[in-house]
Amino acid sequence: MNDKVHLDHEHVRDLLTAMLRIRRFEEKCFELYQSEKIRGFMHLYDGEEAVSVGVIEALEPKDAIVATYREHGQALARGIEMNALMAELYGKQEGCCRGRGGSMHVFDRATRFYGGNAIVGGGLPLAVGTALGDKMLGRSAITACFFGDGAVDEGSFHESMNLASLWKLPVLFVCENNLYSMGMALERAEAETHIARKAAGYSVASAAVDGMDVVAVEVAARRAIAQIHATSTPYLLECQTYRFRAHSMFDAQLYRTKPEIETWRKKDPVRQLQAWLEQSGMLHADEITGIEADIAAEVGAAVAFAEAGTWEPVEELERFTIMDRVPQ
Amino acid sequence: MSAATGTPAPRRMTYREACKQAIRAAILADPRVFLMGEDVARYGGCYAVTKGLAAELGEARIRDTPLSENGYVGAGIGAAIAGMRPIVEIMTVNFSLLALDQIVNSAATIPHMSGGQFAVPLVIRMATGAGLQLAAQHSHSLEGWYAHVPGLKILAPATVEDARHMLQPALDDPNPVLIFEHVMLYNREDELEPSITGVDIVSAKIRRPGRDITLVTHGGMLFKTLEAAAVLHEEGIEAEVIDLRVLRPLDMATILGSVARTRRVVIVDEGWKSGSLSAEVAARIADEAFYELDAPIRRVCSREVPIPYSAHLEKAALPQTPAIVAMARGLVKGG
Ligand SMILES: Cc1ncc(C[n+]2csc(CCOP(=O)(O)OP(=O)(O)O)c2C)c(N)n1
Ligand SMILES: [Mg+2]
Repeated sequence: MNDKVHLDHEHVRDLLTAMLRIRRFEEKCFELYQSEKIRGFMHLYDGEEAVSVGVIEALEPKDAIVATYREHGQALARGIEMNALMAELYGKQEGCCRGRGGSMHVFDRATRFYGGNAIVGGGLPLAVGTALGDKMLGRSAITACFFGDGAVDEGSFHESMNLASLWKLPVLFVCENNLYSMGMALERAEAETHIARKAAGYSVASAAVDGMDVVAVEVAARRAIAQIHATSTPYLLECQTYRFRAHSMFDAQLYRTKPEIETWRKKDPVRQLQAWLEQSGMLHADEITGIEADIAAEVGAAVAFAEAGTWEPVEELERFTIMDRVPQ
Repeated sequence: MSAATGTPAPRRMTYREACKQAIRAAILADPRVFLMGEDVARYGGCYAVTKGLAAELGEARIRDTPLSENGYVGAGIGAAIAGMRPIVEIMTVNFSLLALDQIVNSAATIPHMSGGQFAVPLVIRMATGAGLQLAAQHSHSLEGWYAHVPGLKILAPATVEDARHMLQPALDDPNPVLIFEHVMLYNREDELEPSITGVDIVSAKIRRPGRDITLVTHGGMLFKTLEAAAVLHEEGIEAEVIDLRVLRPLDMATILGSVARTRRVVIVDEGWKSGSLSAEVAARIADEAFYELDAPIRRVCSREVPIPYSAHLEKAALPQTPAIVAMARGLVKGG
């Protein structure tokens, strides 16, 4: 296992590209929501891209991912095709879940992406289980489990930390601490606001990292994963981040101030990395223009793909309610 | 006030506003009443029911909770036993499943288990139902499940009047009362008649009289059922529409009285058919009014699937007006 991050040209380019893909994809999603192409609840990841990109960069294809309803970033970073993701948001049968799941319920068997869970804290026990399964089957894979600071309020967080520790399971618990669960500020919800510290109560190793710095997140994730493999124990990584936009598309944001949002925007993970790369000469402005053009084309193609997609026939409504076999 | 008569004019308001006024009035009237739940104070409620109330009533009476459903529902039960009159808001019935233990294993059992030493005068409000493309973890109608449990009272206000007035009798009741508010009702507007200052929480109501067939429904399905009755009227079929209002205990007298007159019945329920409230209503009619019936008891319910995201699939999964019309017409014409 490699816990070193080599910041060569190709690697920093990949990190920036991965974050920009999420940012631009979601800017388009926002527009498409306004024009009612996308419906239901949609939660944007604007500001938090460094977390999924940094962590997933440190994963291997054999590893598993469990995420939340705010999972467009994880889905794209993991390599779920943008076309399939956009078609899912459109509710088309070409979507990764045939349009049955939508924004909050992205699943992808090929990349071991186990959702997309719209019950806060719902993914944590599941992640304990995928890690248990991997361990019992003799695989060396880990499960990366993403969840918000709000999920820490739920009993399932505490039960899952204990189970994973007790049974020595390879789970990387990744808390995306964006300081709010909907309108509830962390300090109004938690008596102990240092989330990483909670791990001690379960004999789980932990660290907190600047979640606006993608390189720092990747380094921390690699270190955590190395420790998980070396000691066969779980790890809690708290990524301190912020969502720039509303909780969902129905949120007047009465619970926080504009200056607070502006202060955090200065730490924008995408702009920070881009500025640093340009200043240090690691990436030329022309190259960034090229990346942006490629992404614009990819997003455009994904919209065209979703537009051209088809509706699943209603006769198939009840399909998959009961499975006739376990997919292999 | 209308100057001519001196009586207050009816006020038009949304179902959401009616829920809010009910909460406000209950808290102002009794120092033991308070409301707690996720995002009820600063955010104003996930369906904006409590918007502005924390500023007026203070954050001790409109209390934000962490995302700990089993925890704060259980705390509501404890506070009720200790002498308070809590209103606990759970964002939706789907999240109430995290508190199912406290509701079913404690709230519903403590009075009986303790040999009558303790009552649990608690109200739990939550949203239910589908229609906003929120997919399978935010769209289910599980009020029928709760109606399975002895020890609970289950209310489903469908009208603005019931949204405004069912809360107070629920708080006055010595038992845990669960109130289900269908998500598609919050924006519905209606006139609130000022001379009506209270409603009961025991009876079903005939919302439209008719002689040919009885349509039994509740909550969000009431308006689709009334729409169906209007269509049937155009065809010369007079459907009587019963709004259950109270899902446990069921007001069978009203249902049986109607069926005795119409001799045909369709039950319309957004819940699934299997093991359901609609099955219970059908079984009781069969038990108690079998010989009054001229036709089999029929049901229009949600299809037996988790509710999908895609609009056309969601629509196909839920009971719709044409299906109600077709079912009723078939029974009347066929019989
Ligand atoms: C069990 C449960 N309770 C409440 C909700 C409603 N809800 C959806 S997201 C959310 C906030 C969660 O905050 P956090 O875990 O910090 O994640 P973030 O949205 O900040 O990414 C809430 C309360 C839910 N989906 N599930
Ligand atoms: Mg959060």
